[in-house]
Amino acid sequence: MIDKTFASAEAALADVADGASIMIGGFGNAGMPAALIDALIAQGARDLIIVNNNAGNADTGLAALIAAKRVRKILCSFPRQADSWHFDRAYRAGEIQLELVPQGTLAERIRAAGAGVGAFYTPTAFGTLLAEGKETRRIGERDYVLEYPIHADYALIKADRADRWGNLVYRKTARNFAPIMASAARCTVVQVREIVELGALDPEVIVTPGIFVKRVVKIGSSLRKAA
Amino acid sequence: MKKLDRNQMAARVARDIAEGSYVNLGIGLPTLVADHLPKGREIILHSENGVLGVGPKPAAGREDEDLINAGKEPVTLLAGGAYFHHADSFAMIRGRHLDFAVLGAFQVSVAGDLANWHTGGADAIPAVGGAMDLAMGAKKVLVMMEHLTKKGESKIVERCSYPLTGARCVNRIYTDLAVIDVKPDGLHVVETVEGLSFEELQRLSGVPLKRLLTAA
Repeated sequence: MIDKTFASAEAALADVADGASIMIGGFGNAGMPAALIDALIAQGARDLIIVNNNAGNADTGLAALIAAKRVRKILCSFPRQADSWHFDRAYRAGEIQLELVPQGTLAERIRAAGAGVGAFYTPTAFGTLLAEGKETRRIGERDYVLEYPIHADYALIKADRADRWGNLVYRKTARNFAPIMASAARCTVVQVREIVELGALDPEVIVTPGIFVKRVVKIGSSLRKAA
Repeated sequence: MKKLDRNQMAARVARDIAEGSYVNLGIGLPTLVADHLPKGREIILHSENGVLGVGPKPAAGREDEDLINAGKEPVTLLAGGAYFHHADSFAMIRGRHLDFAVLGAFQVSVAGDLANWHTGGADAIPAVGGAMDLAMGAKKVLVMMEHLTKKGESKIVERCSYPLTGARCVNRIYTDLAVIDVKPDGLHVVETVEGLSFEELQRLSGVPLKRLLTAA
């Protein structure tokens, strides 16, 4: 019998090694898998490469992981925010490397990894600093930049409901990067509000089919109210 | 002359958004356009984080932390709205499905180059978000900005001194002084605010402007 459920976030992340590459879902706090990030902080793996749209907000979640000096490099589109003080400090101190990626290119590089695409040409960033040193090509009337997929060892994401096969449905804009990250990582770990019986999720509305998911942890109501 | 305030600029942009348009409003000043869309016109707002049919701000106490816009502010969803993941969201942008992107800017060049993401300063932490995708992907890119910097320098320039967001991507510029179209043969002034002559706008702008031959 297939059962992808894990008893705790700690158990689901026990094998994360130093130097691992980890995608973390969420756009700001919406969809951020806070319980998994807390477990990752407790687990102790260091020297991590993180992929997220942002670089942490305030003092919890990804910001806390950065504050704990556990992140060697981050790939993101929008690190600088009013409350990204832990990243800002680490960046200015030279403790963290930043690969800044336009948001759509970040999404497509993740999607490409999950879809087995070797590389792709995008018009985004042509003629800008973020395309410097990259291969370009004129196709038809437009200029494009060659971009490569982003693979990862783990994806930590949040969904609303799952079943034991790992089928997932999300809630509102908390979906954001989660479905593509689930497909791009070798081991996708999901925190969910509820685990339901097999067959209880309408197959017409399952967003992430279980083939992309390895581990599911029920965290209860994981909504974290802003202080 | 009567400079437009932020709301008047937003209302001016809103007037040009046609019924049935799919529109992305950038963070900051462009977000104000949503408050001025003419009542009775059905216009669908897109947000990069996976929403079509963004509705108004929720009432106090009705915020849902799973329902936010690209500026990470709480929003609502209109009837008919839809959620989708990030790769689909940017397929809509990059795939030329959006009719308009309204973006803020530090500078726009005579050729329609846009600079709005990075000052290039040594201590500045760069952040680009979806700006480069929107600049290259939307069918029409509308820029909304003050005409002059605080020091009185024109933000419409011969060549952008700040790092580019996109080359030759801006279609129309809305400032607190004028509406200007970017065309292959240069900048065409569509209208100026009350009490501002073409000649005075030309003097303030410091780049060659053309008078649109037909009345605005």
